[in-house]
Amino acid sequence: MSAITRDEVAHLARLSRLALGPEELDALAGQLDEIISAVAQVQDAASADVPPTSHALPLTNVFRPDEVRPPLGVAEALDQAPAAEDDRFRVPRILDEE
Amino acid sequence: MADTVSLMKYDEALTRFEPVLGLETHVELGTAAKMFCGCPTGFGAAPNTQVCPVCLALPGALPVANASAIERTIRIGLALNCSIAEWCRFARKNYFYPDMPKNYQISQYDEPLCTDGHLDVEVEGRSFRVGIERVHLEEDTGKSLHVGGATGRIHGADHSLVDYNRAGIPLVEIVTRPIEGTGELAPLVARAYVTELRDLLRALDVSDVRMEQGSLRCDVNVSLMERGASQWGTRTETKNVNSLRSVERAVRHEIERQAAVLADGGRVVQETRHFQENTGTTAQGRSKEEAQDYRYFPEPDLVPIAPARDWVEELRAGLPELPAARRARVQREWGLSELELRDLVNAEALDLVEETVAAGATSGDARKWWLNELSRRATAAEVALAELPITPAQVARVAALVAEGSLNDKLARQVIEGVLAGEGEPDAVVESRGLRVVSDDSALGAAVDDAIAANPQIAEKVRSGKVAAAGALVGAVMKATRGQADAGRARALILERLGVQG
Repeated sequence: MSAITRDEVAHLARLSRLALGPEELDALAGQLDEIISAVAQVQDAASADVPPTSHALPLTNVFRPDEVRPPLGVAEALDQAPAAEDDRFRVPRILDEE
Repeated sequence: MADTVSLMKYDEALTRFEPVLGLETHVELGTAAKMFCGCPTGFGAAPNTQVCPVCLALPGALPVANASAIERTIRIGLALNCSIAEWCRFARKNYFYPDMPKNYQISQYDEPLCTDGHLDVEVEGRSFRVGIERVHLEEDTGKSLHVGGATGRIHGADHSLVDYNRAGIPLVEIVTRPIEGTGELAPLVARAYVTELRDLLRALDVSDVRMEQGSLRCDVNVSLMERGASQWGTRTETKNVNSLRSVERAVRHEIERQAAVLADGGRVVQETRHFQENTGTTAQGRSKEEAQDYRYFPEPDLVPIAPARDWVEELRAGLPELPAARRARVQREWGLSELELRDLVNAEALDLVEETVAAGATSGDARKWWLNELSRRATAAEVALAELPITPAQVARVAALVAEGSLNDKLARQVIEGVLAGEGEPDAVVESRGLRVVSDDSALGAAVDDAIAANPQIAEKVRSGKVAAAGALVGAVMKATRGQADAGRARALILERLGVQG
């Protein structure tokens, strides 16, 4: 049984706003299936005495000084938005009618 | 959604039920840049002009924590008597709502930076210790405008418009432990807590704590239990409480509302309610009975925070004088009674009076001007005392002019009026309005002669020894000079002219 179906890849592509053709979906579904299966093996490798690891790097306290950097302009900020209105991101209705 | 609400009278509610409170306060830190990127944080900028790939969650962008935000949060924790974590992580709080472009908010979950503190507040001479459960750091969300429904509400809206300027501004959440045993003082204790917290944050200089601009926001949890019961009732969480007065009103209203529900044999529903500023009531919001699953997990894009102990101790040693210590010092130094101190604090005049004293006024004069004339004007203009367009240095100058005899109180009030009207510094207003006290004998002499001539009967009384009658003549001189005469000098001249001893 595969770890991810072609339909699920198509769904994820839509959520990610990636326009994938039928051949791309076929190819990616196969590749993602292999990747997920490989990653799943890691879970078998961890034994009870290995604590859950959230970070692979032995680092702490990586901070940035409190300094302003120039932001994007509003035009550039919005030019990838699926919809915009009045210099704001336009999003579909959030709650259905009661 | 007009729920018909019945209320129980407050006093009756308190004889039957004991309230338990909980307060969650969100504070936007006053850092120059956002929490995880370099975008500016100023209030009121044009929509989406303070955004970048990180706070817009563009692919490949990675967050880095703002060092100053971490430091400010630790200082808040220390000022609230908390323990500071030796090691902790950020966590992702996942939810589906467009106010965060990432579809999650970076927050802290089971590893807050600061835990187990307390803040003491005083209400009507009683001291209450409010336990602080946790202080954690997260990022603020964007602001949504709901279009197409009634009065901008999310319900019934056709679509929404989002401005992400606020998304990513560092936000500290301060959560109390349940506050018990306040009885009928519950609304006042809630208000006193938020007031004390605000003053403490201001003293720490970590935030501008402006409730009306949303940089300090409060969620109020209230539940009731029958007197003598051992188990707490079901609580509601009221949001949108945006002023100190609203904190008090929200608690009071929820007590009256829940008491009526319970007395009627009903049950309080665990839900989010929204405070209605215009009516002082709360309206039903989202039901919380199905607990939301935020699927928290450690934020993989940010490494853990491990504040070194010597750094924490350095921050502790560098804490400023906190409000409670400051009030005690001011009371001692200025010799104030409890009541005088309370008046000063309640008028939000402590900073202003202290700065006025620092500018050279006596504490008595500084208190007098801020608590009387200026408080009255602030109330009339419906602004906070500190927002009046007059500085402590200017008030100190007015007080100095009165002390040296150049102004009397009446003229000083006109000088203050001029300063508030934007006519410049006190000395400039004195010049341009011609407000200096007239004590020069030649100028006063004419007014005195006129007053005596116009009131022969009174003058005769004075001549015959009724010195007290001279007051009426002084009044006439003051009137003729539009209040600018030196009243003492005028009196002396009148008595001299009429040949009697003062």
